[in-house]
Amino acid sequence: MKRRKFEELFFRVLMILATVIVAGSFFVIVGTIFIKGFRYMNLDMITKTPGGGFYIGKEGGVLNAIVGSAYVAGGATLLGLLISIPVAIFINLYMNGKKLWPNVLRLCYDVLFGIPSIVYGAFGFLIMVYFGLRASLLGGIIAVTLLVIPIMVRALDEVIRTVPGELRDAALSLGATRWEMAKVVLRQIRPGILTAILLSFGRAIGDVASVLFTAGFSDNVPTSLHQPAATLPLAIFFQLGSAVDEVQGRGYASALILTIIVLIITILSGILSKKFSKYKV
Amino acid sequence: MQKFRLLKDKILYKLMLVFTLASASLILVIGIGLYQRSIPLLQSSSWTQLLTSDTWKPLKGLFGFYPFIMGTLWVTGIAIVIALPLCLLVALYLTEYAPARIRNILNPLVNLLSGIPPVIFGVWGVLFIIPFIQKFVAPHFVDYSTGYSVLAGGIVLAVMIFPLIVSIITEVFRTIPQDLRDASLSLGATKWETVKKVVLRKAFPGIIAAVVLAVSRAFGETIAVLMVCGNNAVAPHSVFDPGYPLPALIANNYGEMMSIPRYDSALMFAALLLFLIILLFNIISRVILSRLESRLAV
Repeated sequence: MKRRKFEELFFRVLMILATVIVAGSFFVIVGTIFIKGFRYMNLDMITKTPGGGFYIGKEGGVLNAIVGSAYVAGGATLLGLLISIPVAIFINLYMNGKKLWPNVLRLCYDVLFGIPSIVYGAFGFLIMVYFGLRASLLGGIIAVTLLVIPIMVRALDEVIRTVPGELRDAALSLGATRWEMAKVVLRQIRPGILTAILLSFGRAIGDVASVLFTAGFSDNVPTSLHQPAATLPLAIFFQLGSAVDEVQGRGYASALILTIIVLIITILSGILSKKFSKYKV
Repeated sequence: MQKFRLLKDKILYKLMLVFTLASASLILVIGIGLYQRSIPLLQSSSWTQLLTSDTWKPLKGLFGFYPFIMGTLWVTGIAIVIALPLCLLVALYLTEYAPARIRNILNPLVNLLSGIPPVIFGVWGVLFIIPFIQKFVAPHFVDYSTGYSVLAGGIVLAVMIFPLIVSIITEVFRTIPQDLRDASLSLGATKWETVKKVVLRKAFPGIIAAVVLAVSRAFGETIAVLMVCGNNAVAPHSVFDPGYPLPALIANNYGEMMSIPRYDSALMFAALLLFLIILLFNIISRVILSRLESRLAV
């Protein structure tokens, strides 16, 4: 009897310990980045592009990378949305009555979701070679779009499935076509679309491996789709590889900027989905 | 008017069908594209030769992937060994023990952790894990280590896959009917005995699926591992040796791949290898998971 009680207690303590480690790792990561990065943080970092001697420790900031990342992630999210909404609608609303195909398609997107960004990067690179494109904003957007499509399709699929079937039936029984029914459903899942946008934007802005081959790097803010664009994660990676302390420090500060951006996006999407789920039927 | 509406519906149907098929067939297109680019390499050496040779001398045209495959396996193995027990305990705590108040704090935290970009994990690894291994762990076991090792890569990866494993296993535990737990408890079993003999046993296939999925995620993780692994093209022999996983190989060498013959083909072959392994693992785990889900739905 005593042994059983002891076992119970032992594993309970172990579970709490494990939970503290897993939850604590988040605070340790953010704490480390904050402590290291805060010292090198200043207004120049986010308002200036790299100056002449930036990479040997002279003045400048990473505005080029922040704007570049925003362009790449924004462009990819927009393109991804244009493709994902029709796909999600198609799977859920146009394949009524069939059982096998929607599930096969869902499996496809689950698998695509699992494919690492480095493979998307390599594939994006192949596309660019095929079309004779150079490393550019456009190339980066294409590769990242491929990366975010499965993320968005899965997120949208999940919210569309929560729309009550009666709503669809009501629309159809009033004589609406499938597309008109889809419009009703789309209105219903507007907050879900917003969450999907935030989710994929957050993922896109933080990803390195997909833009490594495709977007290139530049010290200037890109003004056309065919110019190479710097991205924030890549800027962090390059700065960290430097031997100059000052440059490394700026790498930490850039990491802090990226962490803050991503945390804001994640928290925002959490709040949004909570707020809207309150009003759900 | 009526005709126009029907026509619109039909056109949109076709359009959406095209979008869906095009994006879903990406799986095939990626595979074929990567395979085509690896053909020059596959013509000069066989699959077995590429996978088992350990000489990596691109200038001489020798491409042996063995060190990189071993690097990947070591890092992934360490990550799973660290992450799985921890995540199992956390998932058990979240579903079976924790009060709602704590659950409501922990779930968003796990979500936040999953949102942190890979490069930040890499920076953290360099700033925190590397010095930690170099100063506190390695001196107990080996004479000298820089800290850049497969162990560092494994730890960073483990933290990166925490959210994935926790969320999947939690889902799996939720699919287990409450009646089973009640039955066990009413027979006088303690809570832990119920967990051990009912919940874990029932959830076993789901746990396997979660592990397979986590392995495939860990396989493909690039930048964070690249930053802490040391990147030495020799198969590691202990956890304190540096390693050179496949994704890091691709990411590190894309710059020079066009200047050496067949180098680009070799890198695309590395990407193909990754793609094939991950494809297989993903299909296996997704099929197991969807079976579990449909059992719940009945």
